[in-house]
Amino acid sequence: MATPSTAPTAPAPEPILEVRGLVKHYPLTRGVVFRKQIGAVKAVDGVDFVLGRGETLGIVGESGCGKSTVARLLCHLEQPTAGEIRYRGEDITKLSGKALKAVRRNIQMVFQDPYTSLNPRMTVGDIIGEPYEIHSEVAPKGDRRRRVQELLDVVGLNPEYVNRYPHQFSGGQRQRIGIARGLALRPEIIVADEPVSALDVSVQAQVINLMERLQAEFDLSYVFIAHDLSVVRHISDRVAVMYLGRIVETGTDEQIYEHATHPYTQALLSAVPGPDPQARERRERIVLSGDVPSPADIPSGCRFRTRCFKAQERCAVEVPLLAVPEEFRHTGGPAAHDSACHFAAERQAVRPKGREQAGEHKGAREPEGREEAGRPEPRDADGHNATNAS
Amino acid sequence: MPDQQPFEQPGEPRGPVAGTGTGGAMDLAASEAAGLAPDPGGPAPGGPAGRPRSLWSDAWHDLRRNPVFLLSALVICFLILIALWPSLIAPGNPLQCDLARAQDGPRPGHPFGYDGQGCDVYTRTVHGARASVTVGVCATLGVAVLGSVLGGLAGFFGGAWDAVLSRITDIFFAIPVVLGGLVLLSVITSSTVWPVVGFIVLLGWPQISRIARGAVITAKQHDYVQAARALGASNTRILLRHIAPNAVAPVIVVATIALGTYIALEATLSFLGVGLKPPSVSWGIEISAASPYVRNAPHALLWPAGALAVTVLAFIMLGDAVRDALDPKLR
Repeated sequence: MATPSTAPTAPAPEPILEVRGLVKHYPLTRGVVFRKQIGAVKAVDGVDFVLGRGETLGIVGESGCGKSTVARLLCHLEQPTAGEIRYRGEDITKLSGKALKAVRRNIQMVFQDPYTSLNPRMTVGDIIGEPYEIHSEVAPKGDRRRRVQELLDVVGLNPEYVNRYPHQFSGGQRQRIGIARGLALRPEIIVADEPVSALDVSVQAQVINLMERLQAEFDLSYVFIAHDLSVVRHISDRVAVMYLGRIVETGTDEQIYEHATHPYTQALLSAVPGPDPQARERRERIVLSGDVPSPADIPSGCRFRTRCFKAQERCAVEVPLLAVPEEFRHTGGPAAHDSACHFAAERQAVRPKGREQAGEHKGAREPEGREEAGRPEPRDADGHNATNAS
Repeated sequence: MPDQQPFEQPGEPRGPVAGTGTGGAMDLAASEAAGLAPDPGGPAPGGPAGRPRSLWSDAWHDLRRNPVFLLSALVICFLILIALWPSLIAPGNPLQCDLARAQDGPRPGHPFGYDGQGCDVYTRTVHGARASVTVGVCATLGVAVLGSVLGGLAGFFGGAWDAVLSRITDIFFAIPVVLGGLVLLSVITSSTVWPVVGFIVLLGWPQISRIARGAVITAKQHDYVQAARALGASNTRILLRHIAPNAVAPVIVVATIALGTYIALEATLSFLGVGLKPPSVSWGIEISAASPYVRNAPHALLWPAGALAVTVLAFIMLGDAVRDALDPKLR
């Protein structure tokens, strides 16, 4: 590593949400009258992370890896099987009644599908005003209409739309309405469950930019869930990669996108499509074999071993812990971040040595990177492609 | 359902957003809004944010201008009026018959002619409205309320309550209507319509209950229910504001169609001798009595049958208009 570490552990912001050992198992039962539990779908199986104030944590992973379940657990839409969710040091998983309602004010959710997350039979004014009806102490009755119109303005919609119905809006506009509803109670944390996956690519950027602007304006912390790596890179400060109910690698966006050490992350990154046809032809894709194992029957040891190109005997026996791998522990540098793999190593294809030494490309978000993608440098496609689509 | 209007101050000008520098992103958003905002159907809905509106006020606004609704409401009002005071338009006595005039055609003062017993068809049709409309409306209301409450709660809460209720509906579905009527109603000596209404409600609610249960299960899976829950909404609020308006349409359709069936069922039961007893007058009794002579005296059948058809049609049209008014997409 020629380039010294570009501050892999930036001064950690004050944690606002701490998740420890979060587990959600859905029981599988047999029988109609006499239900017998015959197993469990381990949707989330031991997830830990910390969300700092004003920070954006991106969670990426394939469909069915438990990302959405994590979101639902954070918003108390599901009761976790085990584990803690600490909001400002207080475990919120056991709360109910008034205390729960108070916490809900501070953790709000933005949903994936703007076509089903808005009640088709309510006016936009009623939808955005509903938080005030439920938490009547937030705004006096006479003030609510003005607040709703303010919110519409904040998310970039005409405040005169209050009497319209959701079907009169496009997908992007509906998602703005959903965001306005999430903002109504001035929460500190917004859990966004694939908020742009259902939108056109052109509209995705608008919604992402809106979310970034709102974050600065209202001092929000985001948990941003997506399967689109480039979108997550654009908005996140830190990224966690999930596989089969667990986080397999976590770090700053540069650490993950440029210095991934977990083979699963490397495979995901190599699959990101790129706009440059020349680079596309030359890049090396890691094609994973087989399907994701059933979450009801998780492999022993490392859960990724059944599809991993590095798997050895040790992987079937020993569960790799999510920690900085041994070989990077003393080297420092961006590769030294948490990765749950016994054979964690940077993949040379992702980060060619020559470029590294030239010190040409340090910052993860350098816009110049886009132009460079056109150069006939065979192996840098992956690194750049991740930025481009956003 | 309460017509909840969250805002108290209508007509307030849009407040400037204090301290939120929206300039930069606004133009981006505005361009999207200008390019993609579909023109709302007509100038009225979605116009300037004058008065706050809700689903129910918009629905009422729509209904008042819907000729189908106005016509069917007029017919229904007229039916209720003659059901309450039949002598207003038919001063004669429906029980005064003259066998000598059996099956005679119309004549001055007796525009609908005479039936097989020599009774005046016009008087009996008008006086029959009371029993038939009472049975139809009360049985439908009872079935709709009982069925949608039980089915809706079963669909919403699921679990054991749902399992028990579904088995109970199965049991009721297995009871043959006519046989059940013969058994249950033969022990009741009352000559009013209420035993018949009660019997129809008892056997009719499972049908609505199944439909309501299905509609609620569909509605509750939508993300907006999750969103309300994440906001901390109570079950009551979720049921009344989010699920009920989205699940009511199929119930309205089935209930209004069933209304005609119930009026006919009363006729069947009366024909079998377990419904209304002889001195009572109803369309159903008229129709069954006239059907053997339909080739000689079709008028005795056609007038009460026509009244029945108009009634059923009016209720179906009313249900359709209400259902459409509650769907903002159709505006």
